[in-house]
Amino acid sequence: MDQAVVITLTVNGTHVTRSVLPRQHLVDFLRDELGLTGSHIGCEHGVCGACTLRVNGDIVRGCLMLAVQANGCRVDTIEGLSDSKELEKLQQAFHQKNALQCGFCTPGMLMAAQDLVRSKDKPTREEIRAHISGNYCRCTGYQAIVDAIEEVIQTGAIHG
Amino acid sequence: MGKAELPLHAPGTQVDKGYIGQSVPRPNAARLLQGRGSFTDDLRFPRLAHVAFFRSPYAHARVKKLDFSKARTQPGVIGVFDGRAVADYCKPWVAVLAHLKGIKSPEQFAIAIERACWQGEAVAAVVAESRTQAEDAVQLIEAEWEELPVVVDMEASLEGKTVIHPEFTDNVCFKREHDTGGVDDVFARADVVVEDTFHFGRHTGVCLEGRAILADYNAGEHSLTVYHATQAPHMMQDIFSRHLGIPEANVRVITKDVGGSFGIKVHVYADEMATAALSVMLRRPVKFVADRLESFLSDIHAREHRARVRLACSKTGEILAFELDDLTAIGPYSVYPRTSGIEGNQVVNLTGGPYKHQKYRARMHVVFTNKNVTCQYRAVGHPIAVALTEGIVDLAAQKLEMDPAEFRRRNLIADDAYPYTFPSGIKFEKLSHHKALDLLLKITNYAQLRTEQAALRKKKIYRGIGLAAMIEVTNPSPAFYGVGGARISAQDGATLRFEPTGMVTVMCSVTEQGQGTEGIFAQIAASAVGVSLEKIKVITGDTGITPYGGGTWASRGAGIGGEAVLQAGRALRSNMLDVAAAILKMDKQELDVRENAVINKLTLEKKIELAELGRVAYFRPDTLPMDFQSELTVTRHYTPRQFGFTFTNGIQASLVEVDPDTGFVKLLKHWCVEDSGTVINPMLVDEQLRGGVVQGIGAALYEECLYSPDGQLLNGNMADYLVPMSGEMPDIVCAHIETPTLQSQLGAKGVGEAGTAGAPAAVMNAINDALAPLNARVTRMPFTPERILQALKKV
Repeated sequence: MDQAVVITLTVNGTHVTRSVLPRQHLVDFLRDELGLTGSHIGCEHGVCGACTLRVNGDIVRGCLMLAVQANGCRVDTIEGLSDSKELEKLQQAFHQKNALQCGFCTPGMLMAAQDLVRSKDKPTREEIRAHISGNYCRCTGYQAIVDAIEEVIQTGAIHG
Repeated sequence: MGKAELPLHAPGTQVDKGYIGQSVPRPNAARLLQGRGSFTDDLRFPRLAHVAFFRSPYAHARVKKLDFSKARTQPGVIGVFDGRAVADYCKPWVAVLAHLKGIKSPEQFAIAIERACWQGEAVAAVVAESRTQAEDAVQLIEAEWEELPVVVDMEASLEGKTVIHPEFTDNVCFKREHDTGGVDDVFARADVVVEDTFHFGRHTGVCLEGRAILADYNAGEHSLTVYHATQAPHMMQDIFSRHLGIPEANVRVITKDVGGSFGIKVHVYADEMATAALSVMLRRPVKFVADRLESFLSDIHAREHRARVRLACSKTGEILAFELDDLTAIGPYSVYPRTSGIEGNQVVNLTGGPYKHQKYRARMHVVFTNKNVTCQYRAVGHPIAVALTEGIVDLAAQKLEMDPAEFRRRNLIADDAYPYTFPSGIKFEKLSHHKALDLLLKITNYAQLRTEQAALRKKKIYRGIGLAAMIEVTNPSPAFYGVGGARISAQDGATLRFEPTGMVTVMCSVTEQGQGTEGIFAQIAASAVGVSLEKIKVITGDTGITPYGGGTWASRGAGIGGEAVLQAGRALRSNMLDVAAAILKMDKQELDVRENAVINKLTLEKKIELAELGRVAYFRPDTLPMDFQSELTVTRHYTPRQFGFTFTNGIQASLVEVDPDTGFVKLLKHWCVEDSGTVINPMLVDEQLRGGVVQGIGAALYEECLYSPDGQLLNGNMADYLVPMSGEMPDIVCAHIETPTLQSQLGAKGVGEAGTAGAPAAVMNAINDALAPLNARVTRMPFTPERILQALKKV
């Protein structure tokens, strides 16, 4: 466990090789080794969803996956999906509807929301609420978040 | 967009409010949406050291021995320190205030010395090159403990058989009695007397971002720069200065993005003081971020009250008197510098608040226990006062067989009765209870809800409708803290600087925690100056840059900071017109600023673009008259002083369905009518109200810090401590009445705490309304399925 392991992965489209300790979590790796601080650490036990990332196309908790487990994987973070504009419509809708206050949960919330936008055609409002129930927001009361996601889905946006 | 010199609420005038009242998106949200905010833990520093704390596993124990020998030799460890070592760099504190007569608390050190008084209190610190290394070394600290008697129950604490602090003879931190006189007489003669006891669980804020501080001491200039997730940078600047012995001018507190605060981040935390002291000691930057488990153990908790309340009324439903006996437990220390006496004090001030009875007697005790400390968390005291008031009001209505809305209508203070002095001594400038009730009944379609409820009951579907009228403290004057000797500013300031490009930079002492402060300041500044919104850049959260001020707490940002911005904006526009008059050789009175240009006020003809005005003022002042000097940076301050607090009012309704077989409560809908004076941005206000309601629902249904009899926190993690999730939350309808405060030109009151203040009462009353036909009643929050089934005598 004390011996560093060399891993190579693709982060936001860029190949990255680093030597990491086996116990390092993926989100700590992204933040501390790569300086990608957009994925936030809220609980470190897989409950709050602030560190939600995408690995090989599926959303995961960055605090429940080790960096070594991401060896050979494609990892997408909020920074990458912002620059590629994949999240643009969700981000615009969140902005227009004030679906964020402090913004700490927002990157994870957007990753979870985009997962729904990509995977299901016409989710109901209840399904939207259920899908983001693994992402805590302590500021907004959730309603504007649900409204924003619903709007993006109803206007037939992005299926990235 | 234009603006006017008159107060925004001036009667009989058509005032162009510009962006004020418009739901415009917050400019500063864009970076947060891309994950490009700057939270304290996102900052990267060379030579940064990390601190991790060794915390007491016992609720009350003497530290007989600490052995750091193994920890010190671990890889990356820079140093391991006990309380005495840190005390050389940080003076202890005692959290009392002069206006809370008789309040007492023991001396508290940055790291406890000899004795730990709650499970989770830090007794040693490890500083290492990484957080991981620091945490590894903490595991290797060896301690010998002598367990001491533990007091966890507040009734036992009040009884005082075991006294926690040896320097005191009892466990009472603070007590207050209030009596208008004549209460016994009224109760003796009243047609109806109702009485009940309400219990409020201890819960906490659960900011998604843990507390975070990065202290960077520069030995060369004996200066300290602290990057701090705090609500009150200037308060912290003063405290770091006095307790670390660094001149205040050499302390700079910078607050970048803050991941939720809700009152949690407005206090002095021992571990944060230790972090700053360690930076001074080690002469390098040191960072501490509370992880989630530490947050539950050491972020302030709140509530934990037991309140007995009685109400006397006539048979026609006229409330005659309230009587209150409140007991609250705060852990082993009053929290510095605001004290932990405020919540109980608020309960005494606010109980019965919306109603017109004249007799009131209250007794309140604040006691020490061996649990984590409690202090001011969002809506301080309001959720308690509102729930016990509205709970007992509903019980009286039930006894009179009167509709609860009608019972309230008969007792709410009349809308034309202001200014009004309430029996607890607090003063109301102007409230609108009856308008608010009427609006609530309209938007809920109350009569139809009652009809549906009756029909569904026949099918054994138990729905309940709960109402909660309330008052709320906002825009506090120095009466809150300053009069008690706390160096906490009730005043805020704004500096507006006109830039050569025609932009305006706003620097304000109120901070942004996500509620939209910077957004509304941009709206106010743009409207006051006469520029478009994108011409405004707002800077907050830096004691080295902004005017001095209080920061963000007690629903004061819009009402106080906003007024300072408005005044500064008007002054800047006047100064800009001086420059324009000099350039144009016109009379200033003929000119105005509109849409980024100086115009002729009468013809609306554009005379000069602001960018051109800026160019001349800054780069070609040689072309202006010899006796003219432009002043394009102005500062204005504002402190509310006419009233101790600017009260707001509101009323909420909750519609729930209770399943009597499982005890589950389904929230069907929630309504919130609020009068917060001038609304600057309805969209931001609504979502802040909703967020507050959801936190209040958390208190009512889910959230409680559970302790074992020996003082161990049983559910101190995110999986076991439940907070509201999107799936369970209802849609929340917001509506507004605007009764501006006439104390300021802006007329804004606060809104940040209203949702949290009223929601627990509304949900409680809704549950009890649903349970009424089953002859069951709950009064112990949170209302878990188990407690509801107990009330139904099913478990």
